[in-house]
Amino acid sequence: MQSLDQIDSAQLRGDIPEFIPGDTVRVHVRIKESDNKERLQAFEGVVIARRGSGVRESITVRKTSFGIGVERIFPLHATIIGKIEVVKHGRVRRAKLYYLRKLRGKAARLRERDTRSHSAKAAK
Amino acid sequence: MVNGIIGKKLGMTQIFAPDGTVTPVTVVKAGPCVVVQRKTVSTDGYEAVQLGFVDESSPKKVNKPMKGHFEKAGVPPTRILREVRVQDGDGANVGDKVLVDQFTENDLIEVIGTSKGRGFAGFIKRHGFGGGRDTHGSMFHRAPGSIGASAYPSRVIKGTRMAGHMGVERKTIKNLKIVRINAEENLLMIRGALPGPTGSFVLIKKVK
Repeated sequence: MQSLDQIDSAQLRGDIPEFIPGDTVRVHVRIKESDNKERLQAFEGVVIARRGSGVRESITVRKTSFGIGVERIFPLHATIIGKIEVVKHGRVRRAKLYYLRKLRGKAARLRERDTRSHSAKAAK
Repeated sequence: MVNGIIGKKLGMTQIFAPDGTVTPVTVVKAGPCVVVQRKTVSTDGYEAVQLGFVDESSPKKVNKPMKGHFEKAGVPPTRILREVRVQDGDGANVGDKVLVDQFTENDLIEVIGTSKGRGFAGFIKRHGFGGGRDTHGSMFHRAPGSIGASAYPSRVIKGTRMAGHMGVERKTIKNLKIVRINAEENLLMIRGALPGPTGSFVLIKKVK
């Protein structure tokens, strides 16, 4: 029997950078303004969850806009996503950072992750 | 032309459209099917074809009565057989192949399958009854309540909805839309859910 993964693989996009929860990303979303006008809008924030796998994988990005917490859930392989950039690596100890919702201001900061050894490994 | 094809559920996934919308789809391996028998008014009292689903699960050996049935048609044995009504003079002959090319994208179809078994299910799951509240001293939780009056009629009316076996029924879902067709691999992607578990067989027909 044919597996669904084979069918899904045609829809997977290969341009997603490596990132984990705690990292700050900038997601460029395609926005249609009129019939033939399109632009990219950036949504920058901390990835607080990454769930699912394959074509159904999605991320939750949280940012604070004018003092108000805003979260957006993006299907990772959706066509509305122009590109994803990794801005910062955060050091966290959990996979789901829902506790950030209760924190504000200084308490909601994340320590930066040391990626030197990681990039050195990648260079080799 | 035969209006109908046998399919095998492969599971659900989602499709991204260029405009950004996401469509949930069920992927079905539909066919290839073969006409095993042609039933006519003169021989059977009605017009129909019997389709066989050709895939790797097709048996190598079948019992003698079925062997004769397939040999008469001159086709290799198939495990799944389904019947589809046709009009007289539809040009459907024994041995004909029935493929997904009878459908086009955005066609409305109906899908017939056997629903998942739920075993002996209670009122709430089986008929959507409300039940009682769980707290505040309530002693009425998942019970049915009254099933009839006392003095008259002094019996339970036939057909009163009660607990019992649920599922494993023939279910028809109408007006589902075909989102995408892959003719090379005999795949149909149908918007929404279909009856039955993954790996079960369904009959797909165009809505008249």
